[in-house]
Amino acid sequence: MSTIHSEAARRFNDNRAKTTWHDATFWSLRQKRDNMASGLSEWEELREHASQIKQHTVTHLADYLEEFSTQLESRGVIVHWAKDANDFNNIVLDILQSHGVKKMVKSKSMLTEECAMNPFLENHGIDVVETDLGERILQLLHQKPSHIVMPAIHLKREEVGQMFEEKGISTEKGNYDPTYLTQCARKHLRNQFMEAGAGMTGCNFGVAKTGDIVVCTNEGNADMSTSMPKLHLVAMGIEKIVPDYKSLAVFQRLLCRSATGQPTTAYTSHFRQARPGAEMHVILVDNGRSDILANDEHWETLKCIRCGACMNTCPVYRRSGGYSYTYFIPGPIGINLGMLHDASRYSDNVSACTLCLSCDNVCPAKVNPGSQVYMWRQKLDSLHKANTMKKCMSKGMEELFNHPLLYSSALRLAPLANLIPDSLTHIRSLNPWGVGHAMPKFANESFQTMWKKGKLNQNEQKEQ
Amino acid sequence: MKIGLFIPCYVDALYPEVGVATYKLLTSLGLDVTYPLKQTCCGQPMANAGFEKMATDISRHFDDLFKEFDYVVAPSASCAAFVKFYHPRLAKGNHECLTSKKTMDVVEFLHDVVKPTSLKAHFPHIVSVHNSCHGVRELGLSSPSERQVPQFNKIIDLLKLVDGITIREPERKDECCGFGGMFSVEEPDVSKRMGEDKIERHMATGAEYITGPDSSCLMHMQGIAKKENKPIKFIHVVEILAAGL
Repeated sequence: MSTIHSEAARRFNDNRAKTTWHDATFWSLRQKRDNMASGLSEWEELREHASQIKQHTVTHLADYLEEFSTQLESRGVIVHWAKDANDFNNIVLDILQSHGVKKMVKSKSMLTEECAMNPFLENHGIDVVETDLGERILQLLHQKPSHIVMPAIHLKREEVGQMFEEKGISTEKGNYDPTYLTQCARKHLRNQFMEAGAGMTGCNFGVAKTGDIVVCTNEGNADMSTSMPKLHLVAMGIEKIVPDYKSLAVFQRLLCRSATGQPTTAYTSHFRQARPGAEMHVILVDNGRSDILANDEHWETLKCIRCGACMNTCPVYRRSGGYSYTYFIPGPIGINLGMLHDASRYSDNVSACTLCLSCDNVCPAKVNPGSQVYMWRQKLDSLHKANTMKKCMSKGMEELFNHPLLYSSALRLAPLANLIPDSLTHIRSLNPWGVGHAMPKFANESFQTMWKKGKLNQNEQKEQ
Repeated sequence: MKIGLFIPCYVDALYPEVGVATYKLLTSLGLDVTYPLKQTCCGQPMANAGFEKMATDISRHFDDLFKEFDYVVAPSASCAAFVKFYHPRLAKGNHECLTSKKTMDVVEFLHDVVKPTSLKAHFPHIVSVHNSCHGVRELGLSSPSERQVPQFNKIIDLLKLVDGITIREPERKDECCGFGGMFSVEEPDVSKRMGEDKIERHMATGAEYITGPDSSCLMHMQGIAKKENKPIKFIHVVEILAAGL
């Protein structure tokens, strides 16, 4: 009856204090976002504008991609096209091997997670070093991101400090001061930047008209990754295109305000070509995006700018954590992207939604991930992934509610259920409701019965 | 103006007093109210669980039963929202959905159509308003906290007509309580935790009652409060508006 998500969420909730902390941490991000949004009187117009720009761009994708790649190529940037993850990984490997690269530094990219690039390259003897602090911590701990913007937020500084000691990154034993630990990481990463033969960045926005790769970070690590090595690789999903600077400005105003509640990221870098003596490659990745575009009910997920605001506002994410989801992107948008990637494999996340629709209202590009979860639920039965208890209950209700006479009889008999002792109804596998609730009591007389008996003093009974 | 009263299945069986209060309140305002006897459910429980097709016949039956009325009024924001926004989807290719546009939650109906300027109700208690998700984000009973729009709350506007009442709102005024229909069965642990958090925030206002337009949310929170012996009472908003009738 349960899903992988609900089971993982159950274990997460066993630690009540940690759940409280997790919920409060992400709620405070939602509040910071609210503060930022309320500072812009045109906020709702911006969201609508962003949504329309994305809709326009993804429905004219071929034209904009051509404009974009032509711009880049005119300045000597080498553009590659990858149809799937495998293609992408092999292109990256070819570039690195042909340049004799043994170590690559990289800034944050959810696309490389999507393609499982790091393990692929490592299997081919290439050392990949994450340079975003959170991502680096996770890499050293052999963990996955639990959030797309704040990947290591689930960790406590003590856990980080102890690991840094073990790895020799920090030297002062027992010093878990965040500033000290950050300085240690900085020194450690400085050497990695010096040694690396290539640097990879993601891409928040690709500007078609000018051929800019726009990368937003708070740590400047993307700039370090591209300033030291003489080979720059860009991993970019084809939906990251925006038409021009004017449209870019709309997203710039929305992205960071929605993501972390800052007016903008500390660093916003535009890469247009390789610096003298260096080389720049842009790898444009489809990996299922064209199929999503052709999907009537879910194409809007392509409007997503990966800000993570839907996770921060999601009451279920906040109380179950990123690791309770089976797809590498958690939360409302992750439920959708997982289903689009492989519906049979990732259907366990579809339970993680109350349909409260807070995410639909918070999303800066109006993706409406919550409303789309409703659509996915309708598909689970045909995928043979429907919850049998829910199906059985729904079947029963269908029968009952399609037969008004049966319904009337059930109403009369319902109060008998009040006599069943709690010890029988409160068995988790039979009645999950009993896990947290006392059973509601049926009224001795339903509204319908009262009406039929004229107990409402109807002036004239108006039966139909 | 002919009004068809829709008393959703669980209100009918578990909270008939909410139906009674709705009927009394509407008739006290001089409205012509009828309860068509063959009504059952709007079909939302199955649809939200992923079995929309099982709700198709039910929605057609609903439409047949209520199509002659000028308004269909229900004391349940969630059910009214389902008829309004999802019945047309269920009807697609089958029949024309005539009731979706004229179906309203009782709060919405009173506030937007009847517009009473005074009520006889007296309720000398502190209440904390539960802004339920579908009421806020589908029906627009209040401005969603996520949106940067002028603030309003139709529930509070109506409660202000009640003599002696003190109205409060919890911190995180429209965060979900965790019911979510069959979500509470499939994800019982998160559902319970959300309910506990919500009750705590309502109680922190000093309220004696939690009140709202959805008995389903109230049922969920009441079940948890009862199991954990929390000293808080629950009452549907229409019962307060009809107090003393």
